[in-house]
Amino acid sequence: MKMMAKEELSLKERMARMKVVEGSYAVANAVKCCSPDVICAYPITPQTHIVEHLSQFVADGELDSEFLTVDSEFSAMSSLVGASAAGARCYSSTSSQGLALMWEVLYNASGMRLPIVMTVANRALSAPLNIWNDQQDSVGARDSGWIQLYAEDVQEAADAIPQAYKIAEDPEILTPVMVCMDGFILTHVYEPVELLSVEEVERFLPPYRPKHILDPENPKTFGAFADPSYFTELRYMQWEAHRRALKKIETVAREFAEQFGRWYGGLIDTYQADDAEVVIVTMGSVIGTIKDCIDEMRSEGLKVGLVKIRSYRPFPTEALRKALKDAEVVAVIEKDVTVGNEGALLTDLKAALYNTPTRIPVIGFPAGLGGRDITVRDIRRVVDKTIAARDTGIESEMEFLGLREDLL
Amino acid sequence: MKEIRFHGRGGQGAVTAAEMIAIAAFEDGRFSQAFPAFGVERRGAPVLAFARINDKPIRMRSQVYEPDYVIVQDVTLLDVVNVTGGLKPDGKIIINTDKDASAIKLNTEAEVVTIDATRIAIETLGRPIVNTTMLGAFCGATKEIKLESLEKSILTRFSGSLGEKNIHAIRTAYERVVK
Repeated sequence: MKMMAKEELSLKERMARMKVVEGSYAVANAVKCCSPDVICAYPITPQTHIVEHLSQFVADGELDSEFLTVDSEFSAMSSLVGASAAGARCYSSTSSQGLALMWEVLYNASGMRLPIVMTVANRALSAPLNIWNDQQDSVGARDSGWIQLYAEDVQEAADAIPQAYKIAEDPEILTPVMVCMDGFILTHVYEPVELLSVEEVERFLPPYRPKHILDPENPKTFGAFADPSYFTELRYMQWEAHRRALKKIETVAREFAEQFGRWYGGLIDTYQADDAEVVIVTMGSVIGTIKDCIDEMRSEGLKVGLVKIRSYRPFPTEALRKALKDAEVVAVIEKDVTVGNEGALLTDLKAALYNTPTRIPVIGFPAGLGGRDITVRDIRRVVDKTIAARDTGIESEMEFLGLREDLL
Repeated sequence: MKEIRFHGRGGQGAVTAAEMIAIAAFEDGRFSQAFPAFGVERRGAPVLAFARINDKPIRMRSQVYEPDYVIVQDVTLLDVVNVTGGLKPDGKIIINTDKDASAIKLNTEAEVVTIDATRIAIETLGRPIVNTTMLGAFCGATKEIKLESLEKSILTRFSGSLGEKNIHAIRTAYERVVK
């Protein structure tokens, strides 16, 4: 679905509102504008700058939040589970091993229906030790019950924060949201950004007024024991909340576009996809490089398009079916791999198309693992391989992009 | 789109220099992007940083492989890093050295510009930190950003007398390259 802002701003007008800042600063500023009551995070590369900026805001008196320093990511998310259950708006941020250490608490937060918002600065998981970007960390957490939004650029990563709170805190949703941004590539880049202001965000995001909180005057239990006669229903209710979120994510994106004039897609977005024969499906910061590459290939007469996954959980099954129904072949580029099977997004996408009349080859390309740069040449290789799969049949369903045979 | 690659050593401020160019170019009314080649930062180790400048918003996120301009902050890098790799034949490479450009042998058709930034930095800043001085030389050699925009961008990072000293360093390098 295309969306035009009510009042479309010219590039010049937008530039006048922009400032060149680091990605982490833009995100920290967006968090500040949402006035979280409690922030708790443990520093880890490449997320660290976000937390440093937030702690600076609190120290300077620019942000009136409880900034908890704890001993680990496990404690960070645990503290937020308690704070959120007591009715606080909560924020955290992490990467890689930090997210892994939060694992069991991620399920607690979503199972207790606590609308915590967290930025994941995507980074590879050890071993071997690697501090660079891929999305194995958050993709691995796809089943944790959290909503997952993926950002294409700094502006989107920042703008997604107030949107995430609006989605998470909706009484019909009450589900935590991860905003995923590629580590280093987006956290450490300096680029022009329209910085949000507290006043603007206050008009967009209503105050958090939870119906059920931990209160000694009115005792309640969160995350209580559920035996086999209750457990399925509680999972079902989470599943239903994600189904409702499919609509809510779209609505909130539209509300944001109306107020701020910026649109990133709802569940998905498309680029040159209407008449595209070859469609690339992906998520995150590689989208910009792909768009430039598509412009180049279009000028050579190649009908290539892009479908951007903005919401990975809930998975936009219907939107993808619609967007891909006229495609001839699909390439999935993703910064993760399920060892023992294939890329997670590749599996999800094929499953979404399976019970439909769309019978087209879908080829997967794990790419950019552990920070391997994804270049224009890589994207062209993906398109060449994908066209070959269409014209002469599928040779292999998946290829590690840029694999160095000399090292094997 | 113009693409710039910075070669420095950890601690020399190559990443900051890339950021300053991005801020200055935006000040000029153009779009910009700056990012480090994310290494595990160690003082003295070769580091890379990149910047892009364009008249429209920049979407490209890959590293820079065919730069229009290369800035080398430390002449000893010429022996250990292929600083001219991918440099466009009509591009420019600006090197911090006390040698004349004709004395530098490099495998490139691009124009070689030299500047004794270490001396300028010691004289103006009192320390051999050359990143801002090299920006003055870049500005003079390429005219890709306005000198006053560069100065404005420097003042966002360095205030007071440190800001003034850096501006003095930039102007000195700029004038030396221009003449």
